[in-house]
Amino acid sequence: MSKEIRFTDETMALVQKMIKRYPEGKHKSALIPMLHLAQMEFDGWLDSPVMDYVASILKIQSIEVYEVASFYSMFNLKPVGKCLIEVCRTGPCWLLGAEDLVKHIEKNLKIKDGETTPDGMFTLKTVECLAACGTAPVIQVGETYHENMTCESVDLLLGEYKIKDARKTHYDIKHISIK
Amino acid sequence: MGKQLLLENINVPGIETLSVYRANGGYKALEKALKMQQSEVVDEVKKSGLRGRGGAGFPTGMKWGFIAKPEGVPRHLVCNADESEPGTFKDRYLMQHNPHLLIEGMILSSYALGANTSYIYIRGELLYVYHILEKAIQAAYDAGFLGDNILGSGFNLNLYCHLGAGAYICGEETALIESLEGKRGNPRIKPPFPAVSGVWGRPTVVNNVETIAATVPIINMGGEEYAKIGVGKSTGTKLISACGHINNPGVYEIELGLSCEEFLFDDKYCGGIKNGKKFKAVVAGGSSVPILPADLFLKTAKGEPRLMSYESLSDGGFISGTMLGSGGFIVLDETASIVKNLWNFTRFYHHESCGQCSPCREGTGWMEKILNRILEGKGKQTDIDLLFDIQSKIDGKTICPLGEAAAWPVASAIRHFRKEFEEYVNKPEEIVDVKHYYAVNNLQQSAK
Ligand SMILES: Cc1cc2nc3c(=O)[nH]c(=O)nc-3n(C[C@H](O)[C@H](O)[C@H](O)COP(=O)(O)O)c2cc1C
Ligand code: SF4
Ligand code: FES
Repeated sequence: MSKEIRFTDETMALVQKMIKRYPEGKHKSALIPMLHLAQMEFDGWLDSPVMDYVASILKIQSIEVYEVASFYSMFNLKPVGKCLIEVCRTGPCWLLGAEDLVKHIEKNLKIKDGETTPDGMFTLKTVECLAACGTAPVIQVGETYHENMTCESVDLLLGEYKIKDARKTHYDIKHISIK
Repeated sequence: MGKQLLLENINVPGIETLSVYRANGGYKALEKALKMQQSEVVDEVKKSGLRGRGGAGFPTGMKWGFIAKPEGVPRHLVCNADESEPGTFKDRYLMQHNPHLLIEGMILSSYALGANTSYIYIRGELLYVYHILEKAIQAAYDAGFLGDNILGSGFNLNLYCHLGAGAYICGEETALIESLEGKRGNPRIKPPFPAVSGVWGRPTVVNNVETIAATVPIINMGGEEYAKIGVGKSTGTKLISACGHINNPGVYEIELGLSCEEFLFDDKYCGGIKNGKKFKAVVAGGSSVPILPADLFLKTAKGEPRLMSYESLSDGGFISGTMLGSGGFIVLDETASIVKNLWNFTRFYHHESCGQCSPCREGTGWMEKILNRILEGKGKQTDIDLLFDIQSKIDGKTICPLGEAAAWPVASAIRHFRKEFEEYVNKPEEIVDVKHYYAVNNLQQSAK
């Protein structure tokens, strides 16, 4: 890695706030929120030096970070594109056409599920129920839910995101109350 | 529509702000509760008959009564806002539109339990709802409803949101506690129960979003009044999130005891089946509950009209009944394939198994493999029995109920729709859909 791995001062202040949300000595609880911040700040994924850096701030072993990062599906352990297109593939969404959406996106972007376009713009990822089954099928990009999707509205959506970097809003947990 | 206790003000413009929430009677329950003894608040909840809305339906007042109170050890209330059960989207709806109802409930419930630091564990994907909650919590601090000496009562409370990161299993309360401690979401062996040793080894109560929200009308109207709503031991109202092949998908607040037929067909609720198709089956309480064919949903095996209540939905046990569960209501029309639907859910449980117990870890994988084989047209008659056998060997033999959640849909699908499985096995060339096969392989790879 060429650039130094360090949170900006602003993010570091947030990390300190977060740690204070848990009792004295229980700061490991801040790990998952911190990994969200790290992923946001370091290109949308968690490279091992990034995880080592998080471990050093929390004064825990690197392995404790790796085992958590690999457990939760929102943490990306490989590089991802600027727009992570997350398509819900679970029962209700699937009943209402999620499978067609996935195929449509694969064709449109010429990538398979889990892959990134060569220009580094899009990554396609299928995910499980997003708690929005009443407006199925659902696609999440960054923190935005796109509901009642069709192949046509997917095309519009991809067009819209072709010029955006959705990563910056992704996992932006900067709105944080008190302390 | 029956009584609306939780959704009454959901469409009031600006209800997400503290001022509008207050102008509509908000924080009155908290003011009332803070003038009561803590034990009196618990008693009201006991009298209300409220049962946990997260899925298990355990009486909330009783659960609160179990909390251990060792001298000098802090206690915690943790709200389960992990909502990941397929078909369930009521908690998201409530938090997104009326965050102060949850926050008011959290404060008065924390008071009842004697907790001075409480958490809302919200699933990571719901980042935008997290922002809404953070903003509302800040407003509550600014108004003196949170922090030190709330409304001059001497009661102190800090309330924080905690963001998860995508794991269905973290909805299970002990996995949620592990996750809150910054670990993998591996469920704990019980006992000890969280009421004795929960987060950081301290006495902890974990309650669902809707459960906590319901304490607000309970305190406002009194437990006895609340208990008059509903039927038998199914008191009060319940949020049902309805989806699938229906005309009006959405979140509905029903009085428990509403007839199933009315809920499904009346225009006030689901509005019947979409596109004039026939009603085939329903998964009435989230993906984990047994699937019911149309006739058994509308009437019990005894021929009585079925009601939306804990007791009526489970009438007939697992042979001819199901469960109210989380209220995730998924409707399938005549075009839906039960086998494919089951494959999708089984794949989900395999993906979400934490891997600690072999019956769940291996069994869900085997069941997915066999269902794949059947869908590919390569299944054998014996595969159907094998599936049934595997599910029976998961049921009741695991650390947490995810194993059962994976087993019950399999058992019920075979029990009620065996013929469909046989068709796949006996006449694959007529049934097997090549398009689907492609998708199966495709999704399969991405699961790796
Ligand atoms: C695999 C699994 C997932 C669960 N997911 C949730 C969930 O997303 N939300 C929830 O409130 N309860 C969920 N539960 C139930 C919780 O373990 C627990 O019973 C509940 O949060 C207790 O709250 P209540 O008594 O208010 O319902 C889940 C249980 C299991 C076994
Ligand atoms: S039943 Fe499954 S999810 Fe639950 S603890 Fe065992 S392996 Fe993990
Ligand atoms: S199944 Fe897609 S949001 Fe629930």
